[in-house]
Amino acid sequence: MKIIVCIKQVPNTTEIKIDPITNTLKRDGVPSIINPDDKTAIEAALQLKEKYGATVTVITMGPTQAEKALREALAMGADEAFLLTDRAFAGSDTLATSTIIAAAIKKLGADIVFCGRQAIDGDTAQVGPQISEHLGIPQITYAAAIDYDAERGALIVKRQFEDRYQTLEVKGQCLITILSTLDKPRYMNVWDIVGQDEKEIGIITFNDIEVDPETIGLKGSPTKVKSTATKQFDKTIETLELDPETAAKTIVDALKSRHLI
Amino acid sequence: MAKNIWVFCEQRDGEIQNVALELLGVARELAEKTGEKVGAILLGHNIKGKAADLIAYGADEVHVVDDERLGMFVTEPYAQAVTQIAKEHTPSVILFGATSIGRDLAPRLSARLKTGLTADCTKLEMDEEGNLFMTRPAFGGNLFATIICPDHRPQMSTVRPGVMKKLDRDDFRKGEVVEENIAWDESKFSVTVLEEVAECQTCGQIENAKLLVSCGRGVKDVAPARELALKLGGSVASSRALVDAGVMDHGCQVGQTGKTVRPQAYLAFGISGAIQHLAGMEESEFIVAVNTDKNAPIFKVANLGIVADAAAVLKNLNKILQ
Repeated sequence: MKIIVCIKQVPNTTEIKIDPITNTLKRDGVPSIINPDDKTAIEAALQLKEKYGATVTVITMGPTQAEKALREALAMGADEAFLLTDRAFAGSDTLATSTIIAAAIKKLGADIVFCGRQAIDGDTAQVGPQISEHLGIPQITYAAAIDYDAERGALIVKRQFEDRYQTLEVKGQCLITILSTLDKPRYMNVWDIVGQDEKEIGIITFNDIEVDPETIGLKGSPTKVKSTATKQFDKTIETLELDPETAAKTIVDALKSRHLI
Repeated sequence: MAKNIWVFCEQRDGEIQNVALELLGVARELAEKTGEKVGAILLGHNIKGKAADLIAYGADEVHVVDDERLGMFVTEPYAQAVTQIAKEHTPSVILFGATSIGRDLAPRLSARLKTGLTADCTKLEMDEEGNLFMTRPAFGGNLFATIICPDHRPQMSTVRPGVMKKLDRDDFRKGEVVEENIAWDESKFSVTVLEEVAECQTCGQIENAKLLVSCGRGVKDVAPARELALKLGGSVASSRALVDAGVMDHGCQVGQTGKTVRPQAYLAFGISGAIQHLAGMEESEFIVAVNTDKNAPIFKVANLGIVADAAAVLKNLNKILQ
């Protein structure tokens, strides 16, 4: 069984600041992490490897700094790692990104593809399903638990909804997007941290994959950012300092005048 | 040429989901701008009868596929159905609820139809040429980005539940119901549902409540809030602080990591109003905030702000309303 896990390096959003003048993110000094759902996806792949035997390949697309995320994945126990990096990839929206990643997965070959459900910097949850469509394989999103039925050669997946869950069976190739609630990612293994510097991180560029240049990067992206804005508030505001009894009366009057009582 | 504004109308167990009606409401608004029609896609099994509801809430035409393959949600049959209908009728826009179903199906379709998709929008506008401006929060609600999809059709977006406004039901509205036949490719159906299990939500549907009594850190005892909610015919909700403290259930949490609500009245007691919380409730029609800190950010979105002790005000409210 060959598993490819797609991960993303993201800024730790709890420390994000917005420049109020330019409306852009202040990325300087903000630590980068493996996106939490993706880290659990690595964990899920490693668990399948330990139980049933598999090779785990981790890939990410991004600038060269993203290598750090791959090193961490190797230290968790992944067998190999590839960085998808090229100027031609820059400016890609989710569809163009998924086109590039799908082409890389085709080149590497995989039985199962894992992604995190969504990244904390974009929150789109779109790239996983888009990759699976490009690959022509089924998808299962929002996976809360995964097991493998070796006898039937099928993955059994608990698929979470807001108000229910489904237990799904899938045979053959598939892509699964994983919730961080599935399990807690393991810490990096000390021996793997020491050993992984010797593991090479493969580089995949535009020339290594079969992809139509018109479908990637800025020009291959159907969606464009037209503008950004920070939060604006425009409510009519009335703030009063009142004793509790008057306050209660004021609220009741306000609700009555709006026919809510 | 692509035209008309379409809504994928999500149903679960044969019940049309609220978000579908909300999207019909905003689709109606967008369609006025260009004089286009509002179309609804309704997929399911034994579902035909619900088409009239969609017309009553704003659809001009309902495209129905009533088929046992669509009884429970599974990506591929749903994707095949929408793809075939969309290719035949070429809508200019398709909107989906940003639910665990919409956010599974829409990206699959965007790759299949080779078009753009914008996730989890909180605002939609349209120009006279039919270009859709899709605004969504980014980076934990600190930033808003407006996205366009200028050269590809359909323009697709998932829209956050609870943000758009549904129209009042009008049973006199006229519309057309079109039953669609799908040429299924069952060789692609490789995911099987072994079981589907309902899970109850302990806090009731805060998204559907007309009035919410919401508590934050400034309220130690939530019993008076529950009493008030009962008296006012509403529900209780909460900021993250009380959920993390184990006092309130996650199902009641309003905000970025909880639910987005827009009740007719949102009464915030002892909530300071972190930006993540405001993102989930600022669209409420009438906001009352009670907090001891007069500089609390919640007062920036409140229509009526009162600087006072939240617990004491709750107690007095319950007394007055006896």
